[in-house]
Amino acid sequence: MSKAKKDKMIDILLLCMIILPFVFCMVLKVLTTPGSEGISITGALVYFEIPMPLMPLQITEVQVTSLAVIISIFSLCLYMTHGIAVVPNSKRQLVAEYVVEKVNHLIHDNMGSKYASFAPFVAAIMGISAFSSFSSLLGLFPPTSDMNIVAGWAILVFVIITHYKLKGGIFPYVKGFFEPVPIFAPFNIIGEIATPVSMSFRHYGNVLSGVVIATLINSALGGLSEMILGWLPGFLGDIPFLRVGIPAVLSVYFDIFSGAMQAFIFAMLTMLYVATGFPEEEYEKRQAKKKKKALSAAQ
Amino acid sequence: MLELAIGIILAGCAIGAGLALIAGIGPGIGEGNAVAKACEAIGRQPESKGAVTSTMIMGCAIAETTGLYGLVVGILLIFVAPGIFTGVLKSTLEAMNYLPK
Repeated sequence: MSKAKKDKMIDILLLCMIILPFVFCMVLKVLTTPGSEGISITGALVYFEIPMPLMPLQITEVQVTSLAVIISIFSLCLYMTHGIAVVPNSKRQLVAEYVVEKVNHLIHDNMGSKYASFAPFVAAIMGISAFSSFSSLLGLFPPTSDMNIVAGWAILVFVIITHYKLKGGIFPYVKGFFEPVPIFAPFNIIGEIATPVSMSFRHYGNVLSGVVIATLINSALGGLSEMILGWLPGFLGDIPFLRVGIPAVLSVYFDIFSGAMQAFIFAMLTMLYVATGFPEEEYEKRQAKKKKKALSAAQ
Repeated sequence: MLELAIGIILAGCAIGAGLALIAGIGPGIGEGNAVAKACEAIGRQPESKGAVTSTMIMGCAIAETTGLYGLVVGILLIFVAPGIFTGVLKSTLEAMNYLPK
């Protein structure tokens, strides 16, 4: 097999890997959704439960969809970077370079050049969040409209923020809670806990409101089309014609704009919290002290 | 009597959801202010339109958070709370032997 043919085969395989997880999710959803009349705004479908000591661990549609999103993004990255050369010879390499450059610029502008290693993490959060929100365009339950998923990301970000705050030593971190006066300690602690809560609620509420409004409009259009076009003979009267296409207009705002916006904001807040929480002076003092100790130990 | 109790629960949940959405006033005023100031800034310096617009959208999305808290509480009150409260009521009445098991 020639090299060009092999490359083409790999490309096709990767393209399939991008699309197939979503197709699998859609088929799974169609097969398992119980038929119902009218509107029903419930949480994600529960596929099965795994017994756990405290409470059963539910494997829902959301987990499956977010895994599909992860696989899809992974394959997309492989596809974009397949066959890259020093001198770009394909369009996708240009696109990939553009994305990487943009993210690097964003990090540089908002956090400073010290944090250049943060770029992959921020890009990953942005990508997974945007793709999760966009998955509702395919009729799936968007993973970001489930509190669990977004709260997981927010807790991850909170751990990273705390890690960076602790880099200046434990004492300055604890002391930070008692500023400007010790009476403020409870408020400061509440403010600290509020960070992940507000981050997750913001993202989750935005996407969830889109889902709820889309469901309400869908059901209203179904009723309207039954009222207006119900006189059509036979099965034609049962088809809700007004549902075709009209809800897609709302999707432009609620799914595409809102989803992309929230992904950007989540990443932006991550960057800002990490960059502002990092105690630079204390860290440098600590490093200098460590160096001195190492020097004296060497002597 | 149980029907009356469940009716009171549903009414309370609906009124609570309505009250929760009063939270929408704050972000509405705040975002209006932000957009007004952004319009002023663009009027004064039309060349900085791109930067002003992106900063404004970002700020608006963050200012929206408090309104979304109200929305989340409202949605929980409409779709989740009635079931929980009715279940609690029923189990309490059963425990007190008011209801046939």
